Amino acid sequence: MMNAAAADHFAEAAAAYVHIPFCSAVCPYCDFAVVAGRDDLATRYIDAVCNEIATSEPWRALDAVYFGGGTPSHLDHSLLSRAIDALVTRYGIARDAEVSLEANPEDFSSDQASRIREIGFNRVSFGAQSFDDSVLLSLGRRHLPEQIETSVQAAREAGFDNVSIDLIYGTPGETDGSWAQSLQRTVEIDPDHISCYALTVEPGTPLGRSVRDGAPAPDPDVQADRYELAERILASVGFDRYEVSNWSKLERECRYNLTVWAQGEYEAFGNGAHGFRKGRRYRNHRRLDAYIDRVESGRSPEAGHDVIAGWDAEIDRLFVGLRRSVGVARGTGTEALLVSEEGRSLLGAGVITELDDRLVVSRPLMTDAVHRSVLALNAPIVKAVSDA
Amino acid sequence: MTAVTPLMTDQARIRNFSIVAHIDHGKSTLADRLLEKTGAVSEREMREQLLDTMDLERERGITIKAQTVRLEYEANDGHTYVLNLIDTPGHVDFSYEVSRSLAACEGALLLVDAAQGVQAQTLANSYLAIDAGLEVIPAVNKIDLPAADPERAAAELVGIIGGSPNDVLRMSAKTGDGVDDLLETLVKEVPAPKGDPEGPLRALVFDSYFDAYRGVVCYVRVVDGRLVSGDSLRFMATNEVHDANEIGFLRPKAEPVATLGPGEVGYLITGVKEIDRIKVGDTITSDRMPADGALPGYDEPKPMVYSGLFPTDGDDFEKLREALEKLRLNDASLVWEPETSKALGFGFRCGFLGLLHMEIVRERLEREYDLDLVATAPSVAYRVTMLDDEVKELRSPQDLPEPNDRRAIFEPYVKAMILAPSEFVGPIMELATSRRASVGGMNYLSPERVELDFEIPLAEIVFDFFDLLKSRTKGYASLDYEPAAYRESDLVKVDILLNTQPVDAFSAIVHRDHAEEYGKKMTGRLRNLIPRQLFDVPIQAAIGGRIISRETVRARRKDVTAKCYGGDISRKKKLLQRQKEGKKRMKMVGSVEVPQEAFVAALQVDDE
Repeated sequence: MMNAAAADHFAEAAAAYVHIPFCSAVCPYCDFAVVAGRDDLATRYIDAVCNEIATSEPWRALDAVYFGGGTPSHLDHSLLSRAIDALVTRYGIARDAEVSLEANPEDFSSDQASRIREIGFNRVSFGAQSFDDSVLLSLGRRHLPEQIETSVQAAREAGFDNVSIDLIYGTPGETDGSWAQSLQRTVEIDPDHISCYALTVEPGTPLGRSVRDGAPAPDPDVQADRYELAERILASVGFDRYEVSNWSKLERECRYNLTVWAQGEYEAFGNGAHGFRKGRRYRNHRRLDAYIDRVESGRSPEAGHDVIAGWDAEIDRLFVGLRRSVGVARGTGTEALLVSEEGRSLLGAGVITELDDRLVVSRPLMTDAVHRSVLALNAPIVKAVSDA
Repeated sequence: MTAVTPLMTDQARIRNFSIVAHIDHGKSTLADRLLEKTGAVSEREMREQLLDTMDLERERGITIKAQTVRLEYEANDGHTYVLNLIDTPGHVDFSYEVSRSLAACEGALLLVDAAQGVQAQTLANSYLAIDAGLEVIPAVNKIDLPAADPERAAAELVGIIGGSPNDVLRMSAKTGDGVDDLLETLVKEVPAPKGDPEGPLRALVFDSYFDAYRGVVCYVRVVDGRLVSGDSLRFMATNEVHDANEIGFLRPKAEPVATLGPGEVGYLITGVKEIDRIKVGDTITSDRMPADGALPGYDEPKPMVYSGLFPTDGDDFEKLREALEKLRLNDASLVWEPETSKALGFGFRCGFLGLLHMEIVRERLEREYDLDLVATAPSVAYRVTMLDDEVKELRSPQDLPEPNDRRAIFEPYVKAMILAPSEFVGPIMELATSRRASVGGMNYLSPERVELDFEIPLAEIVFDFFDLLKSRTKGYASLDYEPAAYRESDLVKVDILLNTQPVDAFSAIVHRDHAEEYGKKMTGRLRNLIPRQLFDVPIQAAIGGRIISRETVRARRKDVTAKCYGGDISRKKKLLQRQKEGKKRMKMVGSVEVPQEAFVAALQVDDE
């Protein structure tokens, strides 16, 4: 079990996120800022990202870097290398930093693995999703189950000692048996980190449209069963769940994500990227062409921001922190929750638990219910001293 | 050319009549045609269906408040006759008002749609007319319709009132065909009034309405003596004395006159502002020289059905109170008292004359006063005898005393009359017996149409009988009813419990044999209407401490965003905040969140 103090310590970390929107095809469930068939823009895009990095405010050396997407592994390593170099130039990257790359199994040959390792990445996260052919097909994925195993092997051979596997559960058509098998084969690959995500139907995606038009939607109770199965299987082989959807071996938690959940700061680059610095949660333009245009014409790619200060910062701390198994340290926000009617109801239903000096979500599958109550809290009224 | 207006009309030249007809059988169209033919209203003034003034009446084709008009008709015998058309409400919810209107007449025109034939409502009202000793004139209307079958309709009319089909008038109020014959028939057949012109004044108040400027306007029929403007009048039931500030004819516009003589019909304004101080059915006499006795038939209509009305927005409580007060200005039969429901908040327990009355009031509140209402399941006015023989009347299931404190529960029965094609006799009988009805009789109006008489608890009609009747007879059956008597029944109160907390809005008094059915229906409905909560929510139906049905809304197990990383935080917060806003419309029942819509849907009368 992860140490609470260690988890909270990531509040002091410095991290960066780089968004790579390119994919060979867009998966039907995906609602991230992604494009397929626009590889012609890759060079201009990386130019823009490097430009954005170079003109950002200087900071200290980064403790965690995360290249997400999209499919970062879809790009040529030379382009990725330029972005890494820009970060090194602007901030520096700490010697023991975690430098992560999201990869698809079909993109990850031995050659690619070695080059990715050479340019500075030391952690790779594979979008494996499932080991069931039919599930992969209905998720629109383009790899075979065997390719997951070979790509992980390639990563290991290239020297990656920190490998993560992403799985999706609860896809209509998946069975308890096929999910158990996906977990089993994942465990056999022996990754360092595993993320298990419930398939989520987002409006505006092809999946969202087909569900709206009557295709079967994931059943939340089935998903809850699958989640509990994952909990049991992964715990039995030494994986510790440190966040709602994330399990890891000892000290193999994703540090970039721990930074986000500890309310640490992170800069973000690329279209649709979100960052948090100096009390501002900011977001870049989501459309690829708009992002490139703005950077190329010397304008800020930022599309908006929220200032997080005072009571909002306390609520924000709970919002991100309560997703972790270690929960959050007690503070004005947790106390306000615990005395509220909704907080008492959450306690009574075993959704949250008071643990010494911390508050944890003890039914992680109900975290959004906790969050709604947290967001509804009002700032405690500070009594004015008066002698009337 | 100055016409000399006689002081009073000779009774021999007066004909007072009303029209008994089913909804949509053409009563209002005929009234319009009579106004036109007798020149009471010029064509320019003519408005479609002039007599039905309220929007709701026009829309539903029914008359809620009776209107009355004085017509002058020059008959073939060369004399001019005064025809007072006294309109009646078309539904037996208002049977007392109907009976008072009929008491002001000597004749009734029984009007039947040539395509649809006799309906239960017509039948009920024509029996009222026959019982009141009126000369009933049968007529078949809408003979111009392609689907008209005047011979069949005439045969059915003869089945009710006797006589020969040849005596039945055939007409079309729409085209005017046969209306002249009708006018002649009215003059010939309707008896002239035979009041005593010299006796002490006795006049019947057969309707009243509230006018914002004039106060309460009474519609009166003078039986004996004279009603003179300026006289001091005694209202015999209320024993109040008021001055006749203004009297006059309705042609249909108010036309003041100095005197209304015996047999005449008109209006009276006294300056009274509160509608419940003037009782329909009361007898007016002279304060100076009062009559020995009042006219017969006075009664005070009592609510038959109660329902709680709650504004969906708690802030509208005062608006609802004001709206009810305004409606009551014109509807003395509407009664209410404040009611508090744990589930629905503040509202009013309202008493109605019947189901239609209830529906009309609800619709007017929603439509004319722009209120959004939740209505609790209607219940009838039960009576309970306590151990000490005290009799209590229940307005709400909540008020039912504990079994140990009471001796017996009585419920109102009604005489129900069903008219249907004879092929449906079997299904109707089956339904009626399953709903605790006892069959009183059967009468074939024609080989194809039959009248079935039952005595049935009003509660069954209120519950679902009417809907079931319609569905089992493909919509062909019509039903009407009138109060019969109170009878002792084996009744129980079924409570619905949410997470062991009773929800007052769902409690109902039902017959012991139907308790389980009600419990299953409500728990089943609620199971589908109540969203899953943080914990399992048992939904139970109980009689006292005994659970008769149970369902469970399983705890929500998964309510989480799978992925929440740096990118999602602001967006996710906003999404969850929006969901939270949506939850504000939830009502808390104990610790269970219940959407407002669930109350509405659970209380909806079956459509299935």
